[in-house]
Amino acid sequence: MTMTTENLSAAEADKDIVATTEDAQLDAVKPGLQYGGTESQWQLIRARFRRHRLARVSLWIMAVFAIVAIFAEFLAPKDPHDVQARYTYAPPQALHFIDRDADGWRIKPYVYDYKVEVEAESLRRVFRIDETKKIYVRFFAEGFEYKLFGLIPMNRHLIGPEKKRKPLFLIGSDRLGRDMLSRLIYGTRISLSVGLIGVSMSLFLGVLIGGLAGFYGGLFDAATQRVIEFLRSLPTIPLWMGLSAAMPRDWSPLQIYFAITLILSLLGWTELARVVRGRFLALKSEDYVSAALYDGASHVRVVLRHMVPAFTSHIITAASLAIPGMILAETALSFLGLGLQAPVISWGVLLQEAQNIRVLATAPWLLAPGLAIIVAVLAMNFIGDGLRDAADPYTH
Amino acid sequence: MTQPNDDVILRVDRLNVDFTFGKMNLKAARDVSFDLRLGRTTCLVGESGSGKSVTARAIMNIVEPAVISSGAVTLFDLKEGEVLELASLDPDGAEIRAVRGARIAMIFQEPMSSLSPVHTIGAQIIEAIMLHQDVDKHEARKRAIEALRDVHIHDPERAVDRYPFEYSGGMRQRAMIAMALACEPDVLIADEPTTALDVTTQAGILKLIRELQVSHGMAVMFITHDMGVVAEIADDVVVMLRGDVVEHGAVEQIFHEPKHSYSRALIGASLGLNNAEARPAPPTEGTPLISARDLSLFFPGQRKLLGKPDPGVQTLKDVSFDLWPGEILGVVGESGSGKTTLGRVLMGKYQPEAGEALYRTGSGDVRDLADRNSFRDKQVYREIRMIFQDPYSSLNPRMTVEQIIAEPLWVNNIAKGAAMRDRVAELLEIVGLSPAMMERYPHAFSGGQRQRIGIARAIALEPRIIIADEATSALDGSIRAQVLDLLLKLRDELGMAILFIAHDIGVVRYFCDRVVVMHKGQIVETGTAHQICDAPREDYTKALLSAVPSPDPRNRKIMPPLSVAE
Repeated sequence: MTMTTENLSAAEADKDIVATTEDAQLDAVKPGLQYGGTESQWQLIRARFRRHRLARVSLWIMAVFAIVAIFAEFLAPKDPHDVQARYTYAPPQALHFIDRDADGWRIKPYVYDYKVEVEAESLRRVFRIDETKKIYVRFFAEGFEYKLFGLIPMNRHLIGPEKKRKPLFLIGSDRLGRDMLSRLIYGTRISLSVGLIGVSMSLFLGVLIGGLAGFYGGLFDAATQRVIEFLRSLPTIPLWMGLSAAMPRDWSPLQIYFAITLILSLLGWTELARVVRGRFLALKSEDYVSAALYDGASHVRVVLRHMVPAFTSHIITAASLAIPGMILAETALSFLGLGLQAPVISWGVLLQEAQNIRVLATAPWLLAPGLAIIVAVLAMNFIGDGLRDAADPYTH
Repeated sequence: MTQPNDDVILRVDRLNVDFTFGKMNLKAARDVSFDLRLGRTTCLVGESGSGKSVTARAIMNIVEPAVISSGAVTLFDLKEGEVLELASLDPDGAEIRAVRGARIAMIFQEPMSSLSPVHTIGAQIIEAIMLHQDVDKHEARKRAIEALRDVHIHDPERAVDRYPFEYSGGMRQRAMIAMALACEPDVLIADEPTTALDVTTQAGILKLIRELQVSHGMAVMFITHDMGVVAEIADDVVVMLRGDVVEHGAVEQIFHEPKHSYSRALIGASLGLNNAEARPAPPTEGTPLISARDLSLFFPGQRKLLGKPDPGVQTLKDVSFDLWPGEILGVVGESGSGKTTLGRVLMGKYQPEAGEALYRTGSGDVRDLADRNSFRDKQVYREIRMIFQDPYSSLNPRMTVEQIIAEPLWVNNIAKGAAMRDRVAELLEIVGLSPAMMERYPHAFSGGQRQRIGIARAIALEPRIIIADEATSALDGSIRAQVLDLLLKLRDELGMAILFIAHDIGVVRYFCDRVVVMHKGQIVETGTAHQICDAPREDYTKALLSAVPSPDPRNRKIMPPLSVAE
């Protein structure tokens, strides 16, 4: 239907219309678009993305994750590497806001201290909440020293106990009495950046190889397609295991980190290359691409000016759908002990602690990183879905 | 409602259909009323967006996402005397489903998308029969074969087991009709069933529908924007404009005493194309711009792993013609005749195996367009420009109109900055658009406007030749005439030659100076437009011409004239 808004008002007054309906449509707008036709592709995409509620919510969630990753040191209440042997497997403390005592009440957040008892039969230490001792929690409390963005030396944290060494384990502590919340916050940084850097690297490979294959076709296209098919037919876990086993043991955690992302992206580019190649092939037969060639535009200009804008949105979509795969792959590798190694903290490394079912029975909060992974992966997938639906605003 | 006395089978009464977009409410059909009678064809005419298809869908009660806000669609059962009101039924209910397909059948413009590609034609017809009639599979198959025989499909016993992709476009439309008629409906709704077809195929389908209507005695509602088709088949005509019925009457009255100015304009536009006096052709003296000799192009078939190799197609065979300065040369033929390939060869997309196409450039040297190297320095691209068939895919949706039209100016270093902007504004004015629109994106324009933008891009470099590949086939009647007039005006003002590729020989008389008729890759006849249209020599040209619907109901070419008894 090319019904127009103008028709609504015009048709009544305009009972005697001659055949120049086209002229009457000059200022007309197509239905579904409340604009005057001067919106760029990105404005249209944004308008359509906004209608995807799940994706919008997910975008906010990922924004929170990103802020957590960027400001990890500031947000972590405790040093994630700080071992407090007294508090191994301490359960989560509830945060209270209203402080009641004999004088009445005021708003002052606090947690209760722990009482440690040793069970007689199993000789196991059991933590009980000691309601007689309050540990006050302060905002912008002084804590461990760090450098914000690696530059600004600081020791303030969003929250922290009034006294530095007092226990504050909002989601419990691990085997060595380290604060799980702080470790989870630090893990967010590593896990998300592995996803992001890994996808950027595979994006580079994918766009380059897929673009060349799609634009020039022929032998190069056939060769890359076979390579992609071969790579995709490899069972991934044994391959990762082989590759990470081949990594020298004496590498620093940073080197291992980059090697892992490289391994992930070397296998991850194939999907993106296919997307890019497919778009190139589809676009090559579009009349407007022929028109640009007939305008005398060079090949480079045809590709960059006329073809690439048509699929940047598709690339962004494919990339955002690839990030969860990367995160999951890193988690799987680290979980198996083949990826990142302690002292580097990632979600997968944290989950290593949750491998033992008996440990899980006593300290189920060790699964918290699993929850973070689920939320992050689902959110990224929803964002990808929303982008995919919004990606091509010109299809009907 | 009481049963009317005459043979009215379906009555549409003050039907309103609304589309809602957020807060906007668009009336797609407003107080539409008309009757369908057994044995008569009612044509709904109007341009795209006039509400014709919506009305047809409202009769079947399948208007989603729109809603039928008021009005009635009443279906009468003349034998039983029953009356059924369709518009108020639940669109997913059993009652309306018993009507769809069985008592009212519908055929669509694009038969391929209405047929399931994974089932045989026969299986689909059999399913339709068994859904609505109480027969066993064997009997249903027999009826399916009969139905295919009725629509003149050759060898129906074997065709019944074929898949849709094995059928040609015309055969698919025949199969759709067979499927629609398998349950012997009282009403057949045909929504632009011939728009996607060649004129000769169209003539066959029109004849078939008419024939089946007489033998089945059903009512036909035929939706089209082509006044020629209306004149050929209609008994009654309903003219729609933007959701309103502006005129309603017998075909004779509509064509010969139209009351509404819009009807007059519609008929005028189609008559103008057909009754145009052939203009004197520009003198063909001096040297031709393009002189093509014996162009031959063979597309080899795909080598297959199994089975017989595809023999390939001889797309062009010894094609020779001259294009003289300032003339409009029409290239006509059915789809598959090689006319589009010919255009592509001249633009350097394909290199023919044999022959040459010598082009005399503006600077005086001669280049062979059959040679890829002639296009190296882009001079040919500056002098020979192209207008594309599909106004939707030929404009980059991600660029503004200004960027689209300015592209050739920019890449050829002709104008930059403010000068470029001024030139774009000037070009927009030349093609009849407002310069204020240059910041908009193509999605804000209608098909005709888009084609004007494409023309502005083509003339931006002041070309010597324009190749217009089916440039007007995607446009509705009156808009087509406007675009043709624009091209004629530009030819007179800018003095370029136009190679006009078209499957519609109807527009050729109006638009072209000389015509080349192509068939299966060969040129069968060359002559002035006057001579080709009025005194064709070759049988193929005669067949093509006789298939063009004539926009005068008193002078039917395809159909037998209306009998006086009717």
